[in-house]
Amino acid sequence: MSFGLKFKCALAAAGGVAASLGIMLASVANGPDRGITAIAGPLVVELQPGSVRYHAAGDFSRNGRPASPPKTTVSIRQPLVIMKYQVTAAEYQRCVEGHACSPLDPGTTPASDRPAVKISWRDANSYADWLSARTGALYRLPTDEEWAYAAASRFQDEALPDVDGGDPAQLWLARYEMESSREGLIEKEPRSIGSYGANENGLIDLAGNVWEWTSTCFVRQAIDANGQPIGTATTNCGVRVAEGRHRAYVPEFVRDVRSGGCMTGAPPANLGFRLVRDGSRDRLRSLVESVQGFLSSVLVL
Amino acid sequence: MIVRKIQTMGIALSALVFSAPALTQDLNLPREKVELVAPPFVHPHEQATEQGPRIVEFKLVAEEKQFVIDGEGTKIHAMTFNGSIPGPLMVVHEGDYVELTLVNPAENSMPHNIDFHAATGALGGGGLSLVNPGEQVVLRWKADRSGVFVYHCAPGGPMTPWHVVSGMRGAIMVLPRDGLRDGAGNPLQYDRAYYIGENDFYVPRDKDGKFKSYASWGDAYADAVSAMRSLTPTHVVFNGKVGALTGQNALTSKVGEAVLIVHSQANRDSRPHLIGGHGDFVWETGKFSNRPETNLETWFIRGGSAGAALYRFRQPGIYAYLTHNLIEAVELGATAHFKVDGTWNDDLMTQVKAPEAIPPNVRGEREHPVQSARQRN
Repeated sequence: MSFGLKFKCALAAAGGVAASLGIMLASVANGPDRGITAIAGPLVVELQPGSVRYHAAGDFSRNGRPASPPKTTVSIRQPLVIMKYQVTAAEYQRCVEGHACSPLDPGTTPASDRPAVKISWRDANSYADWLSARTGALYRLPTDEEWAYAAASRFQDEALPDVDGGDPAQLWLARYEMESSREGLIEKEPRSIGSYGANENGLIDLAGNVWEWTSTCFVRQAIDANGQPIGTATTNCGVRVAEGRHRAYVPEFVRDVRSGGCMTGAPPANLGFRLVRDGSRDRLRSLVESVQGFLSSVLVL
Repeated sequence: MIVRKIQTMGIALSALVFSAPALTQDLNLPREKVELVAPPFVHPHEQATEQGPRIVEFKLVAEEKQFVIDGEGTKIHAMTFNGSIPGPLMVVHEGDYVELTLVNPAENSMPHNIDFHAATGALGGGGLSLVNPGEQVVLRWKADRSGVFVYHCAPGGPMTPWHVVSGMRGAIMVLPRDGLRDGAGNPLQYDRAYYIGENDFYVPRDKDGKFKSYASWGDAYADAVSAMRSLTPTHVVFNGKVGALTGQNALTSKVGEAVLIVHSQANRDSRPHLIGGHGDFVWETGKFSNRPETNLETWFIRGGSAGAALYRFRQPGIYAYLTHNLIEAVELGATAHFKVDGTWNDDLMTQVKAPEAIPPNVRGEREHPVQSARQRN
């Protein structure tokens, strides 16, 4: 019951991502026979391998009761090449004009100094495919742990405390308090690129009022007293993790998350994204993930 | 230009006001002056009283002001009583006299008045209370029947719906002198009362679908009327704004407390529903001389009326109180939240088994009939 409700709420309230980068138009041909304009890749930051210790994404239970997520250490084994800026509305619009992305929400101006918002996970992936085709590099959404690693001090490693296991309401109340205590800080109108400044890795506008999609699926996992998983997790790739001022779980086709109705405190103000650029080795994994995601969404939704 | 026309209309109506008989006779009754408080709260009051009838003095100030009605910062030229949407809830007892001072400050641009659905005669008082900017009026009426009732501005003609959907609406609660009763005549009490005023807004959009803003009330008027005539609100909200009663502003209670929720809608029908709770006793039409209905899941508030629901919380957690047209509740804003402290009651509800993967044998059993159905087709 508690999980079911929480999950519905997560669906109703999730937030999104979509940031854009300074893509430079270039006259470099990328196979003129294909009749497309090639563009140089966006500005990126390369981060060296390392690890991040954080509360894992997903829903966790212990002895059949909601539990605080276990704290885990995740290693980033390859250099992480990630866009410095969120994808801008103008950059996204180029993909729309190339008939590879769904149009921006009516009333959204494709401004070059504003992040693309009202972007679904599907939109972000369409853009990544389009950008990959035009640059010859492989772009994809970051995983939740990659995002956390890149965001560094901008990553909000919030986790609800374990509460009285017999009383599901205490968890809802605690979460509601946590979410509502920060909602006053979040305005809806996207600010110009750079308004939220850089983090220690030189990434701009992390955890502002635009949440960023990740490729990480929603999982539910039973854990033991030490936080070790018991059995296999239930994975639902119809819902993906969006990161920003707090972690959110958002259905992959949603462009704008509204609160209301359900027991949600503060959903993400806006959904946007930034991408990572991969070496070829990760390409297969990314493809597998997309197929998995597609299948899951079909099966679940 | 439009403002000037409005003022002219106001002056014409004022002439009517002055030609009406003046209420000069004095009542030899005790007086009580009540300081109103902004919704969702209700000024302190007795639920049942042993005192005799009295004259209860209230003051409402018409405030024309900019009002932000959602999280996107959509602004409207609002008209309000005492600066809030809805105006404050007044509480008196049956047999009391309500003596209202209505002030229209000089900085306003339009005439305003007040129509009390609880009052008798003169268009609910509207015909005796029209004041131009820079004027005030004192209106007294007898609360001769109990219940919760809407009040609203009604300056006449097309001004009336415009003023009402711009925010000039509120409610008064006239309690029976001996308090509320259930259907068998047993007394009912509440530990706290909340007042929720629902408002439908009709904000004009530009050709791109974005909400328009205007320099003045007069500039907004023509587009506002067009938007109103669509009968399709752009916002349906509680207490003036999307999210006015959620998050940090969520209503609070605790297990064991009985809460009286007064809900008014001056213009449009609504369907209040408390997710995970009920209406123990509901005066759906709002009038306390009728027996309350019991154990309702959803109740109906007719446009132009107020209702009251009494509920004792049995379970802690977050409750949503919304209109159960869920599109209006979620997409247009008509949602409030209750934060309820207390101890969970496993007898009322328990999660027997947490979500987990479907066991293989169960899956097998399910697949079989599905396949059979396919084969039949």
